[in-house]
Amino acid sequence: MSVTTTPNGYKLDTGGQRVVIDPVTRIEGHMRCEVNVDSNNVITNAVSTGTMWRGLEVILKGRDPRDAWAFVERICGVCTGCHALTSVRAVEDALDIKIPTNAFLIREMMAKTLQVHDHVVHFYHLHALDWVNPVNALKADPKATSKLQQLTGPKHPNSSPGYFRDVQTRIRKFIESGQLGPFKNGYWDNPAYKLTPEADLMAVTHYLEALDLQKEFVKVHTVFGGKNPHPNYLVGGVPCAINMDGDMSAGAPLNMERLNFVKARIDEMKAFNDNVYIPDVLAIASFYKKQLWGGGLGAKSVMDYGAYPTVNYDKSTDQLPGGVILDDNWDNVMEVDPRDPTHVQEFVNHSWYKYPDESKGLHPWDGITEPNYDVSSAKGTRTNIEELDENAKYSWIKAPRWKGHAVEVGPLSRYTLAYAQGVEYVQEQVHKSVAAFNALAGTDLGAKPILQSTTGRTLARALESQYCSDMLVDDWNALIANIKAGDTATANMEKWDPSTWPKECKGVGVTAAPRGGLGHWIRIKDGKIENYQCVVPTTWNGSPRDPAGNIGAFEACLIGTPVERAEEPVEILRNLHSFDPCLACSTHVMSEEGEEIVSAKVR
Amino acid sequence: MAKIETFYEVMRRQGITRRSFLKYCSLTAASLGLSPSFAPKIAHAMETKPRLPVLWLHGLECTCCSESFIRSAHPLAKDVILSMLSLDYDDTIMAAAGHQAEAIIEETITKYDGQFLLAVEGNAPLNQDGMSMIIAGKPFSEQLNRVSQHCKAIISWGSCASWGCVQAAAPNPTRAVPTHKHPGIANKPIIKVPGCPPIAEVMTAVIAYMITFEKIPELDRQGRPKMFYSQRIHDKCYRRPHFDAGQFVEEFDDEYARKGYCLYKVGCKGPTTYNACSTIRWNEGTSFPIQAGHGCIGCSEDGFWDKGSFYDRLSGIHQFGIESNADEVGGTAAAIVGGAVAVHAAASAIQRATSKTDQGDS
Repeated sequence: MSVTTTPNGYKLDTGGQRVVIDPVTRIEGHMRCEVNVDSNNVITNAVSTGTMWRGLEVILKGRDPRDAWAFVERICGVCTGCHALTSVRAVEDALDIKIPTNAFLIREMMAKTLQVHDHVVHFYHLHALDWVNPVNALKADPKATSKLQQLTGPKHPNSSPGYFRDVQTRIRKFIESGQLGPFKNGYWDNPAYKLTPEADLMAVTHYLEALDLQKEFVKVHTVFGGKNPHPNYLVGGVPCAINMDGDMSAGAPLNMERLNFVKARIDEMKAFNDNVYIPDVLAIASFYKKQLWGGGLGAKSVMDYGAYPTVNYDKSTDQLPGGVILDDNWDNVMEVDPRDPTHVQEFVNHSWYKYPDESKGLHPWDGITEPNYDVSSAKGTRTNIEELDENAKYSWIKAPRWKGHAVEVGPLSRYTLAYAQGVEYVQEQVHKSVAAFNALAGTDLGAKPILQSTTGRTLARALESQYCSDMLVDDWNALIANIKAGDTATANMEKWDPSTWPKECKGVGVTAAPRGGLGHWIRIKDGKIENYQCVVPTTWNGSPRDPAGNIGAFEACLIGTPVERAEEPVEILRNLHSFDPCLACSTHVMSEEGEEIVSAKVR
Repeated sequence: MAKIETFYEVMRRQGITRRSFLKYCSLTAASLGLSPSFAPKIAHAMETKPRLPVLWLHGLECTCCSESFIRSAHPLAKDVILSMLSLDYDDTIMAAAGHQAEAIIEETITKYDGQFLLAVEGNAPLNQDGMSMIIAGKPFSEQLNRVSQHCKAIISWGSCASWGCVQAAAPNPTRAVPTHKHPGIANKPIIKVPGCPPIAEVMTAVIAYMITFEKIPELDRQGRPKMFYSQRIHDKCYRRPHFDAGQFVEEFDDEYARKGYCLYKVGCKGPTTYNACSTIRWNEGTSFPIQAGHGCIGCSEDGFWDKGSFYDRLSGIHQFGIESNADEVGGTAAAIVGGAVAVHAAASAIQRATSKTDQGDS
């Protein structure tokens, strides 16, 4: 047992009961979490572990940079497309390729569609069961549920008592069948669930509605990229050529019918965000007004690269401007430069990798990764881990830091940065949400106590989804205006042929991925990938400790959170899920030496 | 939970009328490409067959298969989960976590030994003692083998479970292996449903077929359901007439790209890829990669990551030899046309691809 305080200000106490959650479910990929809980059932120590590793960047070495998007897209099928987008940006940056305006707008629409889809599926299908109790919904009065719907989301047409009664009947029959499927072994009698039966019924109803609707949203990707998950991208632009009224327009990728189809999906996204998603998050949040914990690093230090320019290649027009805030000082937003070797660095002294000098971090352009799976100081055996030792190596995730500081990334970070930098749309959304929360909860709280919490992380994601659906309307209009002005170009093929490339070059691409700032760094030599490195949102948030002892965002959000029942991890899941963890994204590898290192060291 | 309910019982309990139930059966028949006369057979099956428990395990993966599955329009994912299957374990969507989640596996093995379906998404790595894919503190390999010993049959979802997919691309740093090559996997029927990911409605149709007809679908020599994987994208591509006419996109966004000409010369792998993309299409029939202007990258084929660039055209003569042979089955005339196109295409292929081949990665 030991009590320490980390340099970033968290008191860690390894006494009390150690609780292990493996697998942490309802996430993308695989993770484990261990916590210490004191005699008051408050979490005093947290250990977050990425439990998978695939080595995609080793695989990329020596391949055609124009193919890289397809490989890295397969890092994650949930945030599908955002790695592909980041990859084509990195390659274009390295080769100095500028894409046409239409390609820029189409990529923006694909990125924002992903945000809406990913955020909606995350909230309803991965996160809701941390807040919502489907079994409790059986006790609801459908008439009162209808009233609640009309109070919280009056513009949503599905609001009659009969509608809620039908859904309740379906849920009842399902539960009474005894085969609970995904709801099996849930924590349904845990007092950590706070909704009224009516709110539970409304939320379960929207769980089912959202499941039906999400498949509509992604059809924007199907039109522009041919399929979803994993739509197609193209270095130099987009593959979907435009033919508005020429010969064979009907068989062309984009024509008036296709663009109208996209617009109809955008309108669906906007209606769902405005009338269902935002009202649901606020209604649910108001029942958890006394559980505003879990702010963790999000209440202190946040980072994003900035996103959604209205003018391509002009960062000053970013509609969600980036930067870094440290120690909750919103008056001092610092710049983040992905090219500066001192800004973004990754550390591995608590990760299952090896560096020549593990006291130092490495910039992604110069990254080294050598797998070094070692659990010799953990309890259990090499292939049966009982308890990890957080003083040793304990995760397949590296620890990225900005100038040595642990920072949180994600929608809450982007909203904090946008609010602090005076983005009016964001400030208005936040003010309206705070007022609605206070009205529903009967409280008088300011923006910070609400935002800097597990609830706030979930609210910021919903607000970002709403913002994206509004920006989608703008992008669609801008695309039409640009075509109307006579520009139908969708790809710049001047440097498609590798013989036009420099012998050696390097580039970086950044995006606002659903889970936070995403960066890809590439080095190209003789027309092939020399080095490829991704630093992804869940690597930042799920990082283990660094050499200085700073803890990352997952671990920080758990410290101080009370739990109702230590053996039932509802609150732990709720806090962790508020980040929307994506573990397949977070574990990766690349080295200058590449495959030789890997194959030499593994048995 | 005394007995396992039939679909029909479950649907009736959920307030679905017999009339709606029969309509559902007709639609299911249609979505499987069966004549309406099959609807009564489906109805009979659903009235008498128990709901099938499913354990859906996840290894090294990107979760695109699960994401695709929830996009299914007919049947809706909601109806599959609530009414068709009993999806008792699926770590991506299940409420329980940690030991409460793992307990479900043991309970299912005890209760439904030899009766449940094992669905595998992703695959298991063999390097690092299997510990680059840990679940409940142990290698995923162990979980996969244990569950496979007790299941009735295995579905290998997607290209990871079917072939290995991206993490198994050279040099396969974790030594990831597909389900059927996993050491210690039980000798059970394995249905491969490849694709990165597979088409949503293909996934749900394979399940609906198995439940309805109480047998696994007819498989080809590689273990894929013939109903969806017996023809190439190229065979039913709406741009095929342009291929036959020698009308090709020469470069992305050229005037031919805008007319929807054949994408063969910009690397389309449709001629060598067996999948249903050009027939069923994606996301409720909205489109498919070729319609949206990008060539097929061949994502349902074994080892598609290691067959050269996605933009290298399929190198001419040999593929076209195979092509014309395949066409001969359909008719001599087609073979002659195919051969003529091959000459045309190969000539221009050589012309344009010389520089590409020089720095090709073979």
